[in-house]
Amino acid sequence: MPLSLQEVQRIAELARIGISDAEARGVRSQLNDIFELIGQMQRVNTEGIEPMSHGQDMKLRLREDIQTERDRRTQFLAVAPEKEQGLYLVPKVIE
Amino acid sequence: MLYASLKDLSAALAQRKISSVELTKLFLERIQKTNGALNAFITVDSEKSLAQARAADERIAKGDAKALTGIPVAHKDIFVAKDWLTTCGSKILSNFVSPYDAHVIERFNGAGAVILGKTNMDEFAMGSSSETSFYGPVKNPWDKTCVPGGSSGGSAAAIAARMAPAATGTDTGGSIRQPAALSGVSGLKPTYGLVSRYGMVAFASSLDQGGPIAKSAEDLALLLNVMAGFDARDSTSIERPAEDYTLDLDKPLSGLRIGVPKEHFGEGLSADVGKAVEAALAQFEKLGAKRVSIRLPSSGLSVPAYYVIAPAEASSNLSRFDGVRYGHRASGYRDLADMYRKTRAEGFGAEVRRRILIGTYVLSHGYYDAYYLKAQKIRRLIAQDFVEAFKQCDLVIGPTSPTVAFKIGAKAADPVRMYLNDIYTTPANLAGLPAMSIPCGFGNGNLPVGLHITGNYFAEARMLQVAHQYQKATDWHLRRPAGIQP
Repeated sequence: MPLSLQEVQRIAELARIGISDAEARGVRSQLNDIFELIGQMQRVNTEGIEPMSHGQDMKLRLREDIQTERDRRTQFLAVAPEKEQGLYLVPKVIE
Repeated sequence: MLYASLKDLSAALAQRKISSVELTKLFLERIQKTNGALNAFITVDSEKSLAQARAADERIAKGDAKALTGIPVAHKDIFVAKDWLTTCGSKILSNFVSPYDAHVIERFNGAGAVILGKTNMDEFAMGSSSETSFYGPVKNPWDKTCVPGGSSGGSAAAIAARMAPAATGTDTGGSIRQPAALSGVSGLKPTYGLVSRYGMVAFASSLDQGGPIAKSAEDLALLLNVMAGFDARDSTSIERPAEDYTLDLDKPLSGLRIGVPKEHFGEGLSADVGKAVEAALAQFEKLGAKRVSIRLPSSGLSVPAYYVIAPAEASSNLSRFDGVRYGHRASGYRDLADMYRKTRAEGFGAEVRRRILIGTYVLSHGYYDAYYLKAQKIRRLIAQDFVEAFKQCDLVIGPTSPTVAFKIGAKAADPVRMYLNDIYTTPANLAGLPAMSIPCGFGNGNLPVGLHITGNYFAEARMLQVAHQYQKATDWHLRRPAGIQP
């Protein structure tokens, strides 16, 4: 089923990507082409097939619950767009 | 020296026929001369490279050299390197100077290799043409009106134009092998988990894998020796004893069973590519290999399954780019949500935004089972195809890409046509298998054709041996684009 313009705008809002009406119209037809391609999957019966979530069936490792990283606050903050007193700055959330 | 193998360069450095500083300068000059036409590099920093080269020369003088000490290596701009601009081909990271090294960079630094520069790529590795980069498209050295393939197109073009003796790439759905094929060079995507992704900007984490791009299988083996290895910082990194991938290169091919999948020689395969691949198969038979006809019945669904799984994981991975901790932040916003929306709309290009939207949709409430879970089940079927195939053969061989390189702009407006380039490469990513591409001739427009070799899990040494034996008997990998000869 083809996506409506409202659905495209809703997905963009979920993804926190600003989109104009004109852009949404252009993207909509491309997304519909892509979903038609993806739709080929529905032709195959996959009942009883175990989903494969990784490139290999592997168990994730466990490690000791100890500190492994050293403090790199200064280096990591140096690349932040806005910071103050060792903290990231964002627009005010609560008035 | 510009055309020498890594083995020969290593010997020349050891015998002091050339210093690492001289060798690095030679390639830096080459880049300066050719990059304007090809746009293969995003960042070159002679001072940093030459400092590493001087350190390598000291190490050689002390008798402390390893195989790649003093050799310049170009890195895809997806690997973060300390104090180097690392953009991933995106505006959103266009100001990001990394505070740390990726595991792969640490390994090359430890081996005494020189960082020659950071190569251009499709934005966030999303593309098959290297056209989606914020830094403009990469040109194919064989025909500058054509794409070099993607997403590691800058690395592949750099090797093809002999701007670098070795390079790194990453492969989520074919991004090492397809550009290697379209640019006439060799590239290897290792088994999922063999090369650590720590410091490699994440695209689709259940598929992403780093690997080498070079002129020959022998060079790939030397590079893989450095890149492969356990790293606790990547939770999917595999703990296994280190291998020397050069050890078996010279063994003969007698007894090798090559599986030829019917599905990869049907509709959609361009006749010129099919002809070159058939000739390569005949060459393998001459070398003592046996040809076995096999089936990969679910492989036709690899593109649809891939274009659900990869965007789904990308939409999650790329949520970190929010303009708060690093990278580009939009100017002028009303509140926090508006800052996110504007930053991400400005910072991501059209293809990346499109894939995030696909991923967001297929993971959204009510659609997860129909898309993501369904794709993961089909992924299982694709992996099972290979389990069956490897009961009958040692390697699976076919074409890497359905066509030779296409014109810049030819498919840019039609995502579905672009995605279908990945038809032969995505199955290996979905199954987690190692796969490589090597040059096997020329097709329409005198453009290179790539031969695709898929192995069983951890069969890299065998694949490299088979590719090396082929390259000893042929000279496709030694051909160079006419326009770039000095």
